[in-house]
Amino acid sequence: MRRLLLQMGLYAAALLVAVVILAPPIWLFISSISSSAELLSVPVHWIPEAPTFDRYVQVITATGGESAANFRRSLLNSLTVALLVTFLCVAVGALAAYSFARMSFAGHGNLIYVLLLSYTLPPLMLVIPLFRIMGDLSLTDTLQGLVIVYASLIMPFAIWILRSYFQTIPSDLEDAAMIDGCTRVQALRRVILPISLPGIVATALFCFLASWEEFLIALIFTSSPAAKTIPVAIAEFTGRHAIDYGMMATGGVIAALPPILIALVFQRYLISGLSSGAVKG
Amino acid sequence: MAATSPLRRAHTRHRRLSHTQRQRLLAWALIVPAFLVVFALILTPILRAFWMSLHVIDLKRPAIGQPFVGLGNYLDILQDATFWASVARTGYFMLISIALEVMLGVAVALLLNQHFRGRGLLRALVLIPWALPITIDAIMWKWIYNPSYGALNSLLYQTGVIASYRTWLSDPISAMHMVIIADVWKTTPLVILLTLAALQTIPPALYEAARVDGASAWRGFWDVTLPLLRPVLTIILVIRTMDAFKVFDIIYIMTSGGPSDGTKVIAYYTYLEAFSFLRQGRGAALAWLMTLFIGMMAFLYIRLVNRETEY
Repeated sequence: MRRLLLQMGLYAAALLVAVVILAPPIWLFISSISSSAELLSVPVHWIPEAPTFDRYVQVITATGGESAANFRRSLLNSLTVALLVTFLCVAVGALAAYSFARMSFAGHGNLIYVLLLSYTLPPLMLVIPLFRIMGDLSLTDTLQGLVIVYASLIMPFAIWILRSYFQTIPSDLEDAAMIDGCTRVQALRRVILPISLPGIVATALFCFLASWEEFLIALIFTSSPAAKTIPVAIAEFTGRHAIDYGMMATGGVIAALPPILIALVFQRYLISGLSSGAVKG
Repeated sequence: MAATSPLRRAHTRHRRLSHTQRQRLLAWALIVPAFLVVFALILTPILRAFWMSLHVIDLKRPAIGQPFVGLGNYLDILQDATFWASVARTGYFMLISIALEVMLGVAVALLLNQHFRGRGLLRALVLIPWALPITIDAIMWKWIYNPSYGALNSLLYQTGVIASYRTWLSDPISAMHMVIIADVWKTTPLVILLTLAALQTIPPALYEAARVDGASAWRGFWDVTLPLLRPVLTIILVIRTMDAFKVFDIIYIMTSGGPSDGTKVIAYYTYLEAFSFLRQGRGAALAWLMTLFIGMMAFLYIRLVNRETEY
């Protein structure tokens, strides 16, 4: 009897957690497929009478007004920036991470902490001076400018995770490869990198997610639709006087989909990366 | 890393004497690209921000030039009641949101560590708020809180909890708590994921030993689980303190620091000074003060991480 009650309590708690997690995003989705009239009904129409995917079509085909076109543009901007940043961080970061994990030189131990420290900086610290520096280089309001700033901000984190991953690989593997005549660089490329694929995937995903959701820097450095990323486009949307709630919800759902899909598909990689990055040294 | 394997030593002896030097050179060469990127765009700006913080840089009053004032900006800020009010608000935000996140996070992690059908699915669901961009979290909750068309008012009204619609974000105290809810919803999953990962490393034998000794589940939690979770909880606290101290995005979108400055946290205050009032010297000084605090937290973090790995 007691066992049964305990089981029921367990399922009730699990159900509650599931509802709390799911209700807000589901509501955002329902809002995105409700008609404009229903969105403004009091009390709320919980289930739309005539669900419509028109807004999604508008955003994807960039038809039906300025806001749909701007959303599409900003989605492409976000995607371009995130992919380039991910590539830069993983490619350059892996080399540095390997050096930190395996090789030693003077000041080596402290350097990694300098890197970590730079990752924890408040973005405002960088944004205030960078605003002038980027202005001098005419990089404000360009995608290139964003890629450079993001890569430098996210790279320390990429190095940190990759380093903890490389440290879990026994160094006997490279030793064996080097005895067989490989140089260290060849050993890194042919032995370590292939084995580290899970860690590299996790790092790439973190870089992508971080770049995709960054807001403050994009807010200050971009002003034209040609360079605005999706968080900026959405934030701007909510600041207007007459808000098109349906379009706002649609933009939100579309912007949330890539990171959520990534998280669900790659959950094992992300969770192991998360705990090794945060918990281990 | 020291080369310790005997094979390796035998191997290196075959090489020329400069082997160690070449290895050291390679160690540096591998790091250089990363450091060029990171230092050009992080170290230079930090130093420049410090230099700026020693001047009055008021872009709205170009006539006064940019006079050097030493630590004048810092002294001004430290004597400013608005600054201390924003520090207090940030402290309140940190305290309440982190306390809720840790309590809820540990509770849900314990739940997810039990055996029940659908556990895998629930674990996957936890990733949704974690992956959702913070800006989307903010617009989603702002829409839910909408005074006329929002789901919260409608839900509470239809279930009879409230007698009339409320304007959740129009009162300074209520607005702060509504922002905290949006933050807790988004961030608790991180606590859950990290705690769950730590829970899974606790050998079940420990619980059985406690049960054999006659300990209840409750005592088992306090005497076995919690002490073993201490390392991960400490790290969660430090990470969350550093992050919550910087809270900006959610404030910018949901309340713009209002109403009547009720949610004007330190990052938002700094943003306004530097980019709205264009007092960039003062903004830079504020950013440096924020960095000093976070630097202290990061130092603590490194100390903790080092202690953890030593065992």
